[in-house]
Amino acid sequence: MKRPWLVWLPLAGFVALFAIFAAGLIAPADRTIESKLVGQPVPAFDLPPGAPGRDGFSSTMLASGEPRLLNVFASWCVPCIAEAPVLMELKRRGVKIDAIAIRDRPEDVAAFLARNGDPYQRIGSDTASRVQLAMGSSGVPETFVIDGQGIIRHQHIGDIRPENVPEILAKLEEARR
Amino acid sequence: MIAEAGLAALWLAAALALLQLVMGAVSLTPGRAEAGLVVRPVAVAQGLLALFAFVLLIWLFWMSDMSVKLVAANSHSAKPLLYKIAGTWGNHEGSMLLWVTILGAAGALVAIFERRISERMLRATLAAQAAIGLGFYAFLLFSSNPFERLAPAAPEGQGLNPLLQDPGLAFHPPTLYLGYVGLSVAFSFAVGALVTREVDATFARAMRPWVLAAWIMLTLGITAGSYWAYYELGWGGWWFWDPVENASLMPWLAATALLHSVTVLATRDSLRAWTVMLAVVAFSMSMLGTFLVRSGILTSVHAFAVDPERGSFILALLALYIGGALALFAVRISTVKEGAQFEAVSREGALVGNNLLLTAILGIVFVGTLYPLAAEAVSGEKLSVGPPYFDAAAGPVALVLVALMAAGPLMRWRRDHAATVIRRLAVPILLTGAALLALAILAPGMSILPFLGLVLAIGVAAGSLAPLWGRNLRRTPMFTWGMVISHLGIAVALAGMACETAFTKETLVAVRVGETATVGPYVVRLQDVEPVAGPNWTALEATLVARRGDGPAVTLRPQARSWPSPPTQTSESAIRTAFDGQLYTVLGAQDEQGRWQLRLWWKPFVTLIWLGGGLIALGGLLSLVGRVRRERRYHDRIAYA
Repeated sequence: MKRPWLVWLPLAGFVALFAIFAAGLIAPADRTIESKLVGQPVPAFDLPPGAPGRDGFSSTMLASGEPRLLNVFASWCVPCIAEAPVLMELKRRGVKIDAIAIRDRPEDVAAFLARNGDPYQRIGSDTASRVQLAMGSSGVPETFVIDGQGIIRHQHIGDIRPENVPEILAKLEEARR
Repeated sequence: MIAEAGLAALWLAAALALLQLVMGAVSLTPGRAEAGLVVRPVAVAQGLLALFAFVLLIWLFWMSDMSVKLVAANSHSAKPLLYKIAGTWGNHEGSMLLWVTILGAAGALVAIFERRISERMLRATLAAQAAIGLGFYAFLLFSSNPFERLAPAAPEGQGLNPLLQDPGLAFHPPTLYLGYVGLSVAFSFAVGALVTREVDATFARAMRPWVLAAWIMLTLGITAGSYWAYYELGWGGWWFWDPVENASLMPWLAATALLHSVTVLATRDSLRAWTVMLAVVAFSMSMLGTFLVRSGILTSVHAFAVDPERGSFILALLALYIGGALALFAVRISTVKEGAQFEAVSREGALVGNNLLLTAILGIVFVGTLYPLAAEAVSGEKLSVGPPYFDAAAGPVALVLVALMAAGPLMRWRRDHAATVIRRLAVPILLTGAALLALAILAPGMSILPFLGLVLAIGVAAGSLAPLWGRNLRRTPMFTWGMVISHLGIAVALAGMACETAFTKETLVAVRVGETATVGPYVVRLQDVEPVAGPNWTALEATLVARRGDGPAVTLRPQARSWPSPPTQTSESAIRTAFDGQLYTVLGAQDEQGRWQLRLWWKPFVTLIWLGGGLIALGGLLSLVGRVRRERRYHDRIAYA
């Protein structure tokens, strides 16, 4: 062997690999997806009512001077049922929540709200997922924190679980400033 | 009692593995050779005990014993029997038990059958095998006990991921694991050869059947997994470059390279250090694959449980075995004498080319799979590497490799002349040229990779048969047949991939009952949509009547299934296989106007991909049987050719 150090190269490569793995395990990958729309105004929309007897819902209503949550949900979505009690809890704590029902029928939404509680001030109906896609949301449920000027400040993907409540409240508080 | 017996068997097996390791190591020290006498019997007993524990776990799943935590978490009494049994290895603990069972059984088989290598080297090999086993026993017993009880017993199990409730699951993971763990034997042989400094042709001959067997299993596992993903996921694709798929591809690439270099070492006593290195790398890739899949460190469509503690345990094992073997390699390899020399244009030269190209592809897949992890660790940047990278980077290298594959078997050992090799390849080269012209005229505008792929597939199919020309086919050795059939399989699979990529027709339509849609040569009519119920699911089933020209009408029934436990929706594709391709249909949702979404594909010659995979494995099997028979015969005469 002319270059004895060469035989150590595989081991050196493996040590580097090991370091990367160890780093990956110690600090598990942050799988939250930071939306490109954070910091942007909510895309303009004007939706028909999502449930019978309610008003329609347009993006202009979001710039109300007070931070609020915009929940993207559907009556056919199972995690949304799991999320409902958490949203009711947030409502009890004084959080204002609006909603967009995705690919849904008003009567189904009404039945969903009758069964699982109604945390929403306004519900718009997005039958073709147009607003959902414009918001950069790919599934249900998802929740956006909107500040008083109608700017998106945070996007939560998936259902809000009880352990996420402090984070959501903190984001709302941040949006107040 | 059964669960406790299983746990006891595991502890006992672990203790025997420790004994096997210690006695094997002691027997290598001067004057203590008699300590090695127990190594063979202990290895056999250890393998049997691991097998016993695994059979008991299957039994528990079969009986739906809900007082065992693993059964309660992964099974359901309403599940069909086949899936109850398959559920044994469809989860983390069970699959790790399967892993050590195969590891132990492989060690036992080596202990029983291996008579060629020196007794010293055999003991070192079995000690290495026991060292690997010991780590995985510890992993099972300390962090993944499959026999843990649940008190009180659950009234009902929590089901199984419905995507995994499929005949594919029953056979796909065990096949892959047989391949993964089969490579552990090659690894142990390499360690044994390094420890005893006996890296030579005898070592290569002893290792070769194990590499072949593991490689056959990997080939079958990957082929089956690809077909499973194709029909079960309902996406119509056959390879996604998903990390879990790559985790099975990387050991296969390494094993393929090893398979060829071990032949050089066995026949010509060349490539000694390289072969040892590849044996270490091949099993390292298996362990790496297990680590990637089991630690959840990479995001994948195959969502397995993410568990940092288990991840750390496997990583520690990885460091111990791979790091240890590489360090041993670095210390010892300089004492291994250089093997026989050869010219660049020769069979050896072609096989070195094969090895370099395979290693390059392995590197490409390795980098692509781990780059997101490295990027996040170094810069915190989040990214994913997908098919555009893999196709563009690995595709051209693979095509060069396939072209070389046609030439290699026609070259002579030691030295040959380029001109004579080209003369032997005249017919395949002419065929390639004809295919190039024909395709350029008949199918203009094909993208470059599938175009070259299809052209090469035709030429290489001819080239792969060339070693049989002018031979008495009856007297051609079985392993030559094996090589020819495997190489032909590569050409067949390549043709399938190229056709599927280039000529697939896809339509997404919304139709009412009674309406028709056209895809490729088929006209498909939606006849009906009705609810149906299975043993543990309900579904909407469409009845599609497909007709090709004036041909007979065929019925396809794709389903949109709902599973209650856990609540999940899946789509069951319905596939019609014709001699020249497949009609692939998926039923989607109903829109507000009452129309049904149908997703239809016409995939010409797509079946060739898996037919090719099967041929590759069949060739491996012929080669294995041929080699083992020949070795036996020579061994009986105590003479080597």
